[in-house]
Amino acid sequence: MVNGLVMARIGVLALQGDFPMHEQRLLALGCQVTQVRTPQDLTGLEGLIWPGGESTTMTRVMTDELRGALREFCSTHPVWGTCAGMIMLSHTDPDPRVRTLELADVHVNRNGWGRQVHSFEADLRVVPELAELRAPVGMFIRAPRITRLGPAVRVLAWYRDEPVAVEHGRILLTTFHPELTGDDRFHRLFLSWILSHQRVAS
Amino acid sequence: MPKRKFEALEIDFIDESEVLTPADEQFHVDKHKFKAPFVCGCRNLGEALRRIAEGAAMIRTKGEAGTGNIVEAVRHMRSVMGDMRKVKLMGDEELVNFGKEIGAPFELLKQVRELGKLPVPNFAAGGIATPADASLMMQLGAEAVFVGSGIFKSSDPSARAEAIVLATTHYRDPEVLVRVSAGLRGAMAGLDVRSMDESELLSTRGW
Repeated sequence: MVNGLVMARIGVLALQGDFPMHEQRLLALGCQVTQVRTPQDLTGLEGLIWPGGESTTMTRVMTDELRGALREFCSTHPVWGTCAGMIMLSHTDPDPRVRTLELADVHVNRNGWGRQVHSFEADLRVVPELAELRAPVGMFIRAPRITRLGPAVRVLAWYRDEPVAVEHGRILLTTFHPELTGDDRFHRLFLSWILSHQRVAS
Repeated sequence: MPKRKFEALEIDFIDESEVLTPADEQFHVDKHKFKAPFVCGCRNLGEALRRIAEGAAMIRTKGEAGTGNIVEAVRHMRSVMGDMRKVKLMGDEELVNFGKEIGAPFELLKQVRELGKLPVPNFAAGGIATPADASLMMQLGAEAVFVGSGIFKSSDPSARAEAIVLATTHYRDPEVLVRVSAGLRGAMAGLDVRSMDESELLSTRGW
């Protein structure tokens, strides 16, 4: 218990991809972390991070049962998708190899910057509540590019003039990988959502 | 030069492939000069850290490629993981000496001590042929697995690939392992590494 709040229990979807680094960041912030591979693993969690990786692989590895459980959980709890995780929560161009949940009113273009050799790092511009002394560094690894945002979506960060981090209700989406830099401000933002959710609930 | 060509083709990842088709028997590639990331093999922690110092973005065990026999990959993974566990408890002066013994840069050893793992992803490869092999390597500390001939030389490549992927994701769940292994047809024929002539071994290539 910290300030009357219970230690946050957060899940990291561990089907494939960069889940260990998200787990480390959350542990460093004092969260309880569960690696999620089955619907049962979601029991008792207060939020979920859907990490980066390959959206095609995630589609293949996910059973229909898990897909249903994730749809239900992500519609009712704070959830954060990074890179491929963002794709899986958004809308994308039709491709039989990728079945996304389409929960956020956001449309993305997969591998929007090109192949691996076009991956890059760059300073980002952020909204005041995320501003600190230094600009956060975005690591874009075969990252998706946002092509359309719904009216209820708010932009949190930009690379040049292009949105790269957004929120829609309790869904946080980043096209880049904040877990790979030492900067944990996006993890703290997500944690604050969960703690305020706890306050509302109590 | 082949590696430059790969890069020009915008290949996503390059395997230095020092065990299968070495074009240079003396030196490894200076991987810092490439924008495309490289994966390299290792038998132990020293070899892994030498490759990372040269710029490898990913490390895999060498195992014994093309044999369908997991024993060498297990040996290499145990060696890497065991040495990392030792490193975690070492003081600076011990670390310098250990670095000399295994031929690894001090700065990278310090990173391993801090992270408790390699500073790049640690894959298992070289001899994985069944879902159980994949699960075993994950339990030994691999973060992922590479499978080549174990899939393509089997009698049921598609079903086997799917089963190995699921066994890797759910490596802690023996029920999944049993379920995905059931009904698979013949795995690739395994070779006994001990009966192979020294000159046929691939994992001894490179340093």
